[in-house]
Amino acid sequence: MRFLLDTEQRAFANSLDAMLTAADTPSVVREWSRGEHTRGRALWARIAEAGVFALAVPEAYEGLGPRPVELAVAFMELGRHAVPGPLVETVTAAALLGDPGPAKRFLPALASGESMATVAHEGAYALDGDVTAVRLALAVDGLRLAPGHGPVRGFLDPARRLTRLLPGGELLTPDPPVDRALLWARLATAAQALGVGLALLERTVAYVGQRVQFGVPIGSFQAVKHRLADAKIALEFARPLVLGAAVTMAPVDVAAAKVSACEAAYATARTALQLHGAIGYTAEYDLSLWLTKARALRTAWGTPHDCRTEVLRGP
Amino acid sequence: MDLDLTPAEEAFRAEARAWLRAHVPSAPLPSLETEEGFAAHRAWEAELAADRWSVVNWPARYGGRDAGLIRWLVFEEEYYAAGGPGRVGQNGISLLAPTLFDHGTEEQRARVLPSMATGEVVWAQAWSEPEAGSDLASLRSRATRADGGWRLSGQKTWSSRAAFADRAFGLFRSDPDTPRPHQGLTYLMFDLRAPGVTVRPIGRLDGKPAFAELFLDEVFVPDEDVIGEPGQGWRVAMSTAGNERGLTLRSPGRFLAAADRLHRLWRDRGRPAWAQDRVADALAGARAYQLFAYAAASRLLDGESIGPKSSLNKVFWSEYDIALHETALDLLSEEGEAADSAWAEGYVFALAGPVYAGTNEIQRDIVAERLLGLPKGRR
Ligand SMILES: Cc1cc2nc3c(=O)[nH]c(=O)nc-3n(C[C@H](O)[C@H](O)[C@H](O)COP(=O)(O)OP(=O)(O)OC[C@H]3O[C@@H](n4cnc5c(N)ncnc54)[C@H](O)[C@@H]3O)c2cc1C
Repeated sequence: MRFLLDTEQRAFANSLDAMLTAADTPSVVREWSRGEHTRGRALWARIAEAGVFALAVPEAYEGLGPRPVELAVAFMELGRHAVPGPLVETVTAAALLGDPGPAKRFLPALASGESMATVAHEGAYALDGDVTAVRLALAVDGLRLAPGHGPVRGFLDPARRLTRLLPGGELLTPDPPVDRALLWARLATAAQALGVGLALLERTVAYVGQRVQFGVPIGSFQAVKHRLADAKIALEFARPLVLGAAVTMAPVDVAAAKVSACEAAYATARTALQLHGAIGYTAEYDLSLWLTKARALRTAWGTPHDCRTEVLRGP
Repeated sequence: MDLDLTPAEEAFRAEARAWLRAHVPSAPLPSLETEEGFAAHRAWEAELAADRWSVVNWPARYGGRDAGLIRWLVFEEEYYAAGGPGRVGQNGISLLAPTLFDHGTEEQRARVLPSMATGEVVWAQAWSEPEAGSDLASLRSRATRADGGWRLSGQKTWSSRAAFADRAFGLFRSDPDTPRPHQGLTYLMFDLRAPGVTVRPIGRLDGKPAFAELFLDEVFVPDEDVIGEPGQGWRVAMSTAGNERGLTLRSPGRFLAAADRLHRLWRDRGRPAWAQDRVADALAGARAYQLFAYAAASRLLDGESIGPKSSLNKVFWSEYDIALHETALDLLSEEGEAADSAWAEGYVFALAGPVYAGTNEIQRDIVAERLLGLPKGRR
């Protein structure tokens, strides 16, 4: 047993981190929220080039996968940089398109980043339906290629642009691997949430080290320190759950990872907001991009209640 | 990155499981914090030691199996899953032994460790004093030079298990004139039945004598019982304090087994919806702690040390333990708080977790300052 990332996996995380830092993701998010997708698409292409989506696609369909551990590592970085777009949905679509026919038709383009995908139940909200070439609807009779989408609706997390999928469309398979796809969706969401939490903590630690009140940095006050220590503890105990879930891909582990990572990220968001004071409450300050995402990921792909129910079901 | 055990580790698990199945007492032993329970637990240690299961990760020459950390984790999972009794030798095994491995002499190890492994000598930790709790370095008990050794005087308190234990280890001020309180301290071992020692048991919340105060009046200690260099006691003690908070004081096996019992209790009580989230969090928390420990063990095997990361551990397990027991008591209602209830005993034990081994406030300071790099402030 060696429950640690190896050098290659760490290097992969570091290279993604460097690439995303250089890309100035906060300004990309802001454009994406206004429906301007050009820079977002360019960033998407670079993420795909780094191999991120290929990790969810089997080698038989021009992918590198399935490699859930590396995928989790990558999604932590995507979360840390608040990358917008249907990231989780594209991975989930890859897991759903398991039948040889649809797999051959769609997966190579998803792996290469040529197309983005979104997934939702028929008639429900799907993320970024307006930019995705592949819109998958889970209908009563199977998996369908949705013929289109309704109007875009804004959300608390401005990067989440939701649209309803139109009913009907081509039936791709009557029996898609929904349970398997849900595991990938939850794992990717958990890792992304953990990354969001880590970013919130990093930014807040930096802020309280600089912000001076009463003649000293506010980070020297014990009440401030202890809240940040609690955030650190929650995140550091969610991390092994996320990586452990990626190793086993057992439903109970994935559900535990999802609820723990999302709760830790959300608690960190509350702390980050509080410790920034009023500036944290503004839309123009970049912290808001992570604050609202922590809230949104908590409910995406399984609410805390859904995940806890799964945990109680046991192995 | 993997979670696979080798065939040899799996065989070790099977061997431990079989042994425990054959030996773990079928009825729970009486409370460790009573005279009768203490004796029963000491006998159990002897039984464990007879087949070399009491300290599996120690070198074989001191009674262990050279099993390493991973096997220790595996053993602990099996031990608690089998319902193994609480370990009466814990203070010695998790605090004094690592100190002796790092700072003791070969003579000291050969003399002290084998009888610790068998439970023949049970050790108590004599660090705290009435005026030295979180601010441990302000301790005042003295060690003064004597012919061939030292004489100890002063008062120690909150010493776990000291009411029935045999020997103790602790810090004493050997040079009162140093500029800083952390200097001039010496780390010594002494006999709780030596002339000049008075032990006064203190009842914990439920009245059981779980700890004691020690009055020391010119107690003679030979030179051979000094650990490390005289005057270097603080450094010696702190280098191993991480063990108390880190991996070895609270093994993941213990919480995995407790979470499992809680889950069963919840199902037996008809799966009440109000407790659902708390039970699920207990299960997820035990798994998180287990995986965190695996990661820590993997880092240790790579040659890294745990260092201040042990403070993350300490806060996590202590709060986890209380939450788990509170949930059980809520599920059981009055029945859970009956004096003979195992859950009540566990609850009382858990309540002290955020206080001992360095209070959680102190641990949060360590996390904030040493792991997050926040500025040191006025305390
Ligand atoms: C069950 C149990 C077993 C124990 N076993 C042993 C043992 O075997 N051997 C031994 O030597 N000791 C033992 N102890 C003692 C334990 O180590 C001390 O209780 C602990 O170090 C705290 O000291 P104190 O109780 O004097 O509290 P104090 O230090 O007086 O603290 C009281 C409160 O003030 C807070 N506080 C103090 N300083 C600060 C600060 N700088 N910032 C923020 N908050 C602060 C503390 O966190 C705590 O909440 C045991 C204690 C218990 C409860």
